[in-house]
Amino acid sequence: MGDWKTITVPVLSSDSKSIFQYTSERKRSPISMNSQVLRLPLPSSKNMHSFFSAFCTEENIEQSISYVDKELTTLGFPSIYAESKGKELNLISIINCMNELLALQHKNLRAQEEVEMQHLKLGSDMDHLQNCYAKLKEQLELSKREIVGLQERDRQLQSKNRNLHQLLKNEKDEVQKLQNIISSRATQYNHDMKRKEREYNKLKERLRQLVMNKKDKKIAMEVLNYVGRADGKRGAWRTDKTEARNEEEMYKVLLSDYEQRQKQLLVENAELKKVLQQMKKEIISLLPPQKQKPKERSEDGLVLSDLEEDIGELNKENMWELSCETVREQLTNSIRKQWRMLKNHVEKLDNQVSRGHSGAWNEKDVISREDHELETEKLELEIQQCKEMIKTQQQLLQQQLTCDDETTLLLQDCYLLEERERLQEEWRLFREQKKNFEKERRSFTEAAIRLGLERKAFEEDRGTWLKQQFLSMTADCKHSENVTTPSAFFRSKYLAQIMFLYSSDQDNWLVKSTSQQRKPPSVLNGPVSAEPCQTSQYITHNSVESKEIAGDSMPNLWMESDDKEETE
Amino acid sequence: ASCVQHRLVVRDVSSLQVRQLYTCLDQIQYIEWSSDSLFILCAMYKRGIVQVWSLEQPEWHCKIDEGSAGLVASCWSPDGRHILNTTEFHLRITVWSLCTKSVSYIKYPKACQQGVVFTKDGRYMAVAERRDCKDFISIFVCSNWQLLRHFDTETQDLFGIEWAPNGCVLAAWDSCLEYKLLLYSLDGRLLSSYRAYEWPLGIKSVAWSPSSQFLAIGSFDEKVRILNHVTWKKITEFEHPATVASKKTIVYKEVEKSPSVETETLSFPPTRALASSLFSTQSKYEISQVPVSLQYIKPVADRANPKMGVGMLAFSADNCFLATKNDNIPNAVWIWDIRRLKLLVVLEQLCPVQCFQWDPRQPRLALCTASSRVYLWSPAGCVAVQVPGEGDFQIVSLSWHSSGDSMVLLSKDNFCVCYLEREEV
Repeated sequence: MGDWKTITVPVLSSDSKSIFQYTSERKRSPISMNSQVLRLPLPSSKNMHSFFSAFCTEENIEQSISYVDKELTTLGFPSIYAESKGKELNLISIINCMNELLALQHKNLRAQEEVEMQHLKLGSDMDHLQNCYAKLKEQLELSKREIVGLQERDRQLQSKNRNLHQLLKNEKDEVQKLQNIISSRATQYNHDMKRKEREYNKLKERLRQLVMNKKDKKIAMEVLNYVGRADGKRGAWRTDKTEARNEEEMYKVLLSDYEQRQKQLLVENAELKKVLQQMKKEIISLLPPQKQKPKERSEDGLVLSDLEEDIGELNKENMWELSCETVREQLTNSIRKQWRMLKNHVEKLDNQVSRGHSGAWNEKDVISREDHELETEKLELEIQQCKEMIKTQQQLLQQQLTCDDETTLLLQDCYLLEERERLQEEWRLFREQKKNFEKERRSFTEAAIRLGLERKAFEEDRGTWLKQQFLSMTADCKHSENVTTPSAFFRSKYLAQIMFLYSSDQDNWLVKSTSQQRKPPSVLNGPVSAEPCQTSQYITHNSVESKEIAGDSMPNLWMESDDKEETE
Repeated sequence: ASCVQHRLVVRDVSSLQVRQLYTCLDQIQYIEWSSDSLFILCAMYKRGIVQVWSLEQPEWHCKIDEGSAGLVASCWSPDGRHILNTTEFHLRITVWSLCTKSVSYIKYPKACQQGVVFTKDGRYMAVAERRDCKDFISIFVCSNWQLLRHFDTETQDLFGIEWAPNGCVLAAWDSCLEYKLLLYSLDGRLLSSYRAYEWPLGIKSVAWSPSSQFLAIGSFDEKVRILNHVTWKKITEFEHPATVASKKTIVYKEVEKSPSVETETLSFPPTRALASSLFSTQSKYEISQVPVSLQYIKPVADRANPKMGVGMLAFSADNCFLATKNDNIPNAVWIWDIRRLKLLVVLEQLCPVQCFQWDPRQPRLALCTASSRVYLWSPAGCVAVQVPGEGDFQIVSLSWHSSGDSMVLLSKDNFCVCYLEREEV
């Protein structure tokens, strides 16, 4: 709109100053393009109101109106002119435009407010940020200083460390040096000692020579009489035989010592093996558990069968008393295996208990709380016991298996000592008993001898008595029947034979009885003297019986012989 | 038997009655009974004479004169019929025979603490020798004094040798400058050698257990190391610290009881009994609570043969206990249980322990400090026994009778016999 170059355009309100400026700027651009324009000074604020009226005066109404219309149309507002008629103003559109301009103004004001608010906010943010920045810078400074300080300390400590290392090295070197000094001094002293000793030896030799020379007169031994040797033997000459004998004896002594030791070791080994076997059996017996799931049972069942096989094998082998490496290894391996199984078993028990604690609520709702707690307590007790058992067995095993041979030998030696003492006690008792038995046997033999003598005497008496009887009887017979002497003699002979038979039977019987009675004396410790009396009583009883028997049978025989005679 | 100046007095053990009295030519320095208790030898080192007396025949006499060779030591052989004299400067050992009046010489014996040792059964004798700056050991057969074996040892300076009670092993150890213990079999083979450490002072004392199963070595580092007879390796170490902390040990402490004196019964001049009871203090044992700290003495560093380390070792006759004394803690005796290899008891005395000895029959230990009391320990307990008598009887050493029923207590000038009652079981 370069038409209005010369006129300073008044502004309606301060708000529209921007528009004015804008317009003036817009004007200026075409003005500058034309470059033949006078520059107009910007209106100052004081002159604002005067410019309101300055824009539209009475003279330039139409011009101002058309200007305004142009401006409005360029801004997008509808024209303020009426449509068809040329210079008539549309009031409605004017008011609309004004309204819209006011609205626009409000909007712009609001926008300006917002912008200003934002501006303020940004300003405060910026302040805030600047403060933060300042603080952070301070902190950075501080931390940098700290870092520097720490680095300093670190350096100092490192240097101290290096110093100490150096000192340590120095000390070690010194120690080494001192040791070297010691060893060198030691060798020096040894050398000196040897030198002095050689001198001393020379002196001693000299002295010995002197002493030997003088020995005839002074050194002597006066004894009143010779003393016999302690063991009564004469002294022996020094010969090769004696030397050989000495060697022999010495080796015998050594050998017997070694044999003794070897026996001890064998006994120890056998005992240890026995103990291990026992332990294995006990572990096996522990393994089949009290309450168990079938799966575990089957596992243990399989395991047990394996174990039984192992046991069977090992027992067989031990019966043959093999002491080779393989048996030992097998035994230890099997024990280790079972140990592990026992451990697993106990772990399972532990798991069961813990599971019982947690899982019981889900599975078994029926069980009351107290019952469950009781059960858990019981299980815990069992676990405790199992654990203690395992601990003790582990200790025993460790002692037996993995500790030094010396301590096991030591323990076995102590056991052996105890056993030896016990055995000695038993030996003593045994020997006493043997002595007692010997005594008893002797007394028994004496008693038997006495019995024999008594028996003989008794037999003789009986014989005489029977003879008398017989004679008296035959005398009676003779009176009654006139028997010839040969037959009487024959009869007497026959009867004597019968008597002998009976006596021999008695003898046999007596012998048998005494022999039978001799056997039990080992059991009886009672009085020995009572028995011969008993046997003698027995004999008298027997003899009485036999006499009766003889008496009874004799008339029969007599009758028979009589019959015979009669038949003859 | 006891000697006073130049007289030899023989008494009966049960009644202390004087049986015989012999007079020797000079002051007697050393007496020894023969093994069959028939003869006594009296050695007079200054004159170089040894006189032998017979118990059964008082008129019998024997005199051995070493003359200019001098006499340093004298001892019986195990058969009781030979006397071994060591001449001065350890020039030689002369073996005098009482049966045949013959003489044998052993050359180059070593001048060490224990140079001549006999086996327990008296069959063999080992002599330490030194020739050309090297140590040797010779083994002789005692019955005819024939040389059986002669071998060299790898020691710098052999200090001592000792037979094991079973007579099959000989232990030889080096001087305290070097810790080395060598074990030889009866036929001279080296079975094993043991060395615990290299530079500090080494072995101080060595003891075999009666069953020959263990060898205890006490050293200057206050420890006892025990070797076993199967592998000759160390099975354990016993330490003697100044503080006893283990809960399983019993510590008996000797405590003085001051005698109570009633003032009314004091008389002037005081009677002898009262005076002695005033000055002699009773003492008894009390059990102290663990941990106990014992009196520790650090010896002067620049003297030779310092009083440190384990100086005394003794096994009990039943092979169950070991008694040790650490010279750094001179007032205490440590008793170890061999079956468990643990410290069993510590006996803490008021004065330094002079001597202790085990009863040859039972596990009973008798020990004496230089006071007038003898102390007995057994697994059942321990007791302090006062020697009755006037004056001060300071027991310096003691010795058990072989039956274990009595023991001899020796002081400087007197001796007394202590009889122990046997318990009726």
